[in-house]
Amino acid sequence: MTNDALLFGLSGVLSSSAPILFGVLGETINEKAGVSNLAMNGMILLSAMGGFAASLATGSLGLGFLAGAAIGAAVALVVAFASITLKQSQVAVGYVLAMLCRDLAYFLGNPIMGMPGPRLTLSPIPGLSSIPVFGTLLFRHDVVTYSSFLLIFLSWFYMERTKPGIMLKGLGENPRAAYVRGANVNRLRYLYTIAGGAIAGLAGPIYSLSVKAGWKGTISGLDGIGWIILSITIFGGWRPFRAAIGAYFFSLLQWMGLVLQPLMPNVPSQVLQVAPFPLMILTLLLVNIGNAEWVERSLSHLPESVRRDIAKVLTALNATPPAALGQPFEKDE
Amino acid sequence: MTIELRNISKHFGALKANDSISLTVPPGCIQGILGENGAGKSTLMKIFSGFLKPDSGEIVFDGKSLKIDSPDDAIRLGIGMLHQDPLDFPPFRVIDDFIVGSPGGIVPDRRKALADFNTLSKQFGFSLSAEVRVGSLTVGERQQLEILRLLWLGAKVLILDEPTTGISQAQKEILFATLKTLADQGMTVFFVSHKLEDVEALCTKAAVLRQGALVGSMDRPFDKAALVRMMFGREVELASKSSIAPGKKVLTIKTGSVDSIRLRIKDVNLQVRAGEIIGIAGMEGSGQDLFLRACGGLVEPSGGQFCLDESETPMNGKTYHDYMRQGVTYLPAARLEKGLVPGMSLAEHFTLSVKPKSAFIDKKAAVALSNERIAAFNIKGRPDSPVESLSGGNQQRTLLSLLPEIASLILVEHPTRGLDIESTIYIWGKLKERCTAGTAILFISSDLDEILRYSDKVLVFFAGKVTPLIASESLNVQKLGELIGGVGWDALEANNNA
Repeated sequence: MTNDALLFGLSGVLSSSAPILFGVLGETINEKAGVSNLAMNGMILLSAMGGFAASLATGSLGLGFLAGAAIGAAVALVVAFASITLKQSQVAVGYVLAMLCRDLAYFLGNPIMGMPGPRLTLSPIPGLSSIPVFGTLLFRHDVVTYSSFLLIFLSWFYMERTKPGIMLKGLGENPRAAYVRGANVNRLRYLYTIAGGAIAGLAGPIYSLSVKAGWKGTISGLDGIGWIILSITIFGGWRPFRAAIGAYFFSLLQWMGLVLQPLMPNVPSQVLQVAPFPLMILTLLLVNIGNAEWVERSLSHLPESVRRDIAKVLTALNATPPAALGQPFEKDE
Repeated sequence: MTIELRNISKHFGALKANDSISLTVPPGCIQGILGENGAGKSTLMKIFSGFLKPDSGEIVFDGKSLKIDSPDDAIRLGIGMLHQDPLDFPPFRVIDDFIVGSPGGIVPDRRKALADFNTLSKQFGFSLSAEVRVGSLTVGERQQLEILRLLWLGAKVLILDEPTTGISQAQKEILFATLKTLADQGMTVFFVSHKLEDVEALCTKAAVLRQGALVGSMDRPFDKAALVRMMFGREVELASKSSIAPGKKVLTIKTGSVDSIRLRIKDVNLQVRAGEIIGIAGMEGSGQDLFLRACGGLVEPSGGQFCLDESETPMNGKTYHDYMRQGVTYLPAARLEKGLVPGMSLAEHFTLSVKPKSAFIDKKAAVALSNERIAAFNIKGRPDSPVESLSGGNQQRTLLSLLPEIASLILVEHPTRGLDIESTIYIWGKLKERCTAGTAILFISSDLDEILRYSDKVLVFFAGKVTPLIASESLNVQKLGELIGGVGWDALEANNNA
């Protein structure tokens, strides 16, 4: 493989991570508020189809993205209503919605299946894009990939550096404490669930208008990505930069599957296509291994200083979910 | 400022939690609110701090009637409440926790917040670091953080709900000194507690609630016996230490060690004999809970020998079930979460605790069994009451009633945490009955009075280090408090070696 091919490949990894990033960061936001939206997989399919259809009908890419966000927000509204107002199980509602939205996407998308449609073009950044190596890697993308870079930084800044952002984290950690400090817990949870849904909803049109342009029904190859997004949210430890590493890592694995295939003709192609999924699960296990008792015990045989360092690393890797994730909040009567 | 609570009433269904309570508190006063569990103290304070709306009555500050709709309103009016379970955010850094909920723009002024935090912290002699995670602090330090935060937000009235539960003796002293300083500066403090000792040590006035009504109040100096009569409506006497001659060996530990990722307990040598009560003291996180779990096979020891009864074969590597078959039982601190099954009724608990005669449940027998146990253990509940509907004291009674009839060793974490005097006496009465029958008890408690009052011998933990068994007669609250804080260990070790 030439250096150029490698560079283009890595650049492709960055752009194909864009929808995953939107999904993961959207989900991170609503989970930080204490609501998990398991409808992700169906929601992305539906917004991919809807975004493509809207843009096909109007000829406007902007409206396509808007439609995707609106679909994400609408699905999230159902999740919010069921879990916050009706206090139903977020797992049950989310799972059923995931199924429903997926089938709805295939059914409603039938008429536009395989039709040629608009697609986002690259917008290399003048000047910056001609820097060697980095120019190709970072500055020859389309608008949504640039936005995904920005989104990582913005969501980090919001959650770590602003008061409403810190309160957002409080909602999912200890809603009672957030309430005592003046937050209208349920209203804010609605807000963040819908906002998270809208951001994650953009992942759909990012696929259908950019990364995997078009709508090809069941062979779009999008089914399953929502579940991976949910697991990367966990991998990311509900922290934007770590979530980004997870998303890029997953795309890298997928790309490596494609690259390695011609080099390993004896391995069935399905193996390499599927490999990123179990690898992701293994990574998830590895990251949380510090929780296991047998690890603690085996560590205890090591010398004190080594043990302490390993313990530190394991503790740092460990990701704890928001303590009140999935729990409805009720004021005292 | 002078605070008046006027005719506050609140009922939940048929239960009158507060029945027309009136109370006037002058500025600079530390007002104790006494009462047993369920007397209505928490309800009254929740109304005061905006958590609950009263059915009737009003709250008056310096002659002005206030409308408090939420805890947020309350703090803006200068009423700050310190809840029994710290209402903070464990994964946050201290400074972030401090900032959440403060007024001001979108991007907080961290530098100013930090400066204010450090100034306040210094003023009260707290040693809190702004950058560590809240979850790594002890309960006492989390209280200090919350007090600083409320003061920063401009609290003029401070309400503390059972603040001494779960904090160390040293932290209690710091807390009391802080509250006295604040009162001297003109702050009004409401101190809610069921511990007479605490009210006696701190408060200038005390009001007693019983069954939702204000039954009396008293100024300093307090007549303790009279206060107890008001709280319970009758005399209640604390049990004295019984001395049962220790019997055969129940648990022998030789150079035992237990490890967790953060802590290593080494070289514990211990012998427990039948009928003995051994109290384990130490600051939270000093290793005592880990050690207790290792004694019951819930955590695997990493070295040494843990032997049960007179046997010489170590139990290391055996599971809790093996220990259980040998007569060891463990009662966790989290009664509802780890000890009982929320959602299941008393009858279902009792049915599960006995060996079944057949695979089907005999409803009649289950109810009969439940009624018998409920009567025997004085539990306030019916066979069909879900366990989570019971009060803490009744949950603990239920746990005790579920213990197997024959036990050689009972391991208990915080047997009476959060319970009122009456339940405490009852629980200890039941535990002592067991000792008379030859059971040994190992218990953890953060209440030093409890340790000194009930145990024959004491073990103290400090950062994974363990003292040899100390006869409790040779200790007092101060000495024990020092050991817990890591003071006086050298002398102890010298003694031991001599």
